[in-house]
Amino acid sequence: MRINLSRRKIRDPFVAKVQELSGQNLLACYQCGKCSAGCPAVSQMDILPNQIIRYAQLGFKDELLKSKSIWICASCMTCNARCPKGINIAEVIEALRQILLRKREDHLKIEKLSDAERSDVPPIAMVSSMRKFTS
Amino acid sequence: MKISYYPGCTLKNNAKNFEDSALCSLKQLDVEVEELHRWNCCGTVFSLATDDLIHHVAPIRNLIRVKESNTDRVMTLCAMCYNTLKRANERVKTDEESLDKINQFMYREDVKYQGDVKVLHLLELLRDEIEFENVAKKVVKPLKDLKVANYYGCMLVRPKEIGFDDVENPTILENLTSVLGATPIDFPYKTECCGAYQTVDNTEIVADRAYHILTSAQDQGAEVVSVSCPLCAFNLDHRQKETLQKYPEFKNIPILYFTQFMAIALGCPEDALRFDLHFVDPKPILKEKGLI
Repeated sequence: MRINLSRRKIRDPFVAKVQELSGQNLLACYQCGKCSAGCPAVSQMDILPNQIIRYAQLGFKDELLKSKSIWICASCMTCNARCPKGINIAEVIEALRQILLRKREDHLKIEKLSDAERSDVPPIAMVSSMRKFTS
Repeated sequence: MKISYYPGCTLKNNAKNFEDSALCSLKQLDVEVEELHRWNCCGTVFSLATDDLIHHVAPIRNLIRVKESNTDRVMTLCAMCYNTLKRANERVKTDEESLDKINQFMYREDVKYQGDVKVLHLLELLRDEIEFENVAKKVVKPLKDLKVANYYGCMLVRPKEIGFDDVENPTILENLTSVLGATPIDFPYKTECCGAYQTVDNTEIVADRAYHILTSAQDQGAEVVSVSCPLCAFNLDHRQKETLQKYPEFKNIPILYFTQFMAIALGCPEDALRFDLHFVDPKPILKEKGLI
């Protein structure tokens, strides 16, 4: 894969936005990879948690906002508990979801679920899914 | 002892087995439980975005209801409610500006919230106040020879600031299991995420997780699994249907709330166990062990 770094991307307001919404200092990350090593969802992810942090530092907005990973993460907080630098990776991923959700780009398409799919799951599942995946 | 109780949405329908067994157990332990009046949904997940204050209004409103009940403590059973209420509470306790803004939304409430309610999980109450040794004294039907894997999931232990046990290796459920006379089984997936709300539109993820979590428990000799979250319970129990479709060699294993084990041991009637709400029937193994 070809990756282009540029000063323009690094200075993009996107980077500041991610830091602001997540409350995290992205540059604290030294890429030890512990977040990805312990993440139960990595097998379904296209960009791993440590890579998400690196991409966010470098302003790779399009790659991040199009990634599957940000919707695979279920905020289980294992990465946060283990980060030796105290970075809350789950909050960074939440910030990326929020950037899309605040433009009404919902991930969960409730209207596409069948009646059975909707009624089989308990309220706790439906409410949390809507809270995380819809605007 | 008297304690104010916040049930949350799922305890009133899909997880009625959790509520009924907990309430019966607490009655056997001489704890008077008072359900909060006019409680509302906690929001189920704690808002992680720094500026998203509006989603803390619902959990804080419930804490106002606690104050209105002339108490400053509230007990939850659901792990997600516990996490959301406690984290929202911590947020306003440590950030005066957030508390002030949230209080501005509460202009129709009589009580101005000051961050002074203590949010407790039933497990904490059992360990720290009722105390396990007193639970042991009330056991009338020890869960002899029953091998129980104790699954915590995420929301009781993470983040560290709100968890009431070790973040990587909690043991509170194992200790309770032992007190009830059963044999706790250790397994490496006890704090691994079940896939949570992915269950709504991505059942395959949940089927995969359930497969790995449950086969790991079975490999260690578990006959049943104990849980403390209605979403974990749904994913690990009801999604065994999808798990079996994907992994034909998978063997079903019953999933029970820790309160159901407690209710059996403390001599609650079978109608407090509500086994009709389970996908995998726990009755055969419990009958085999002479427990029902």
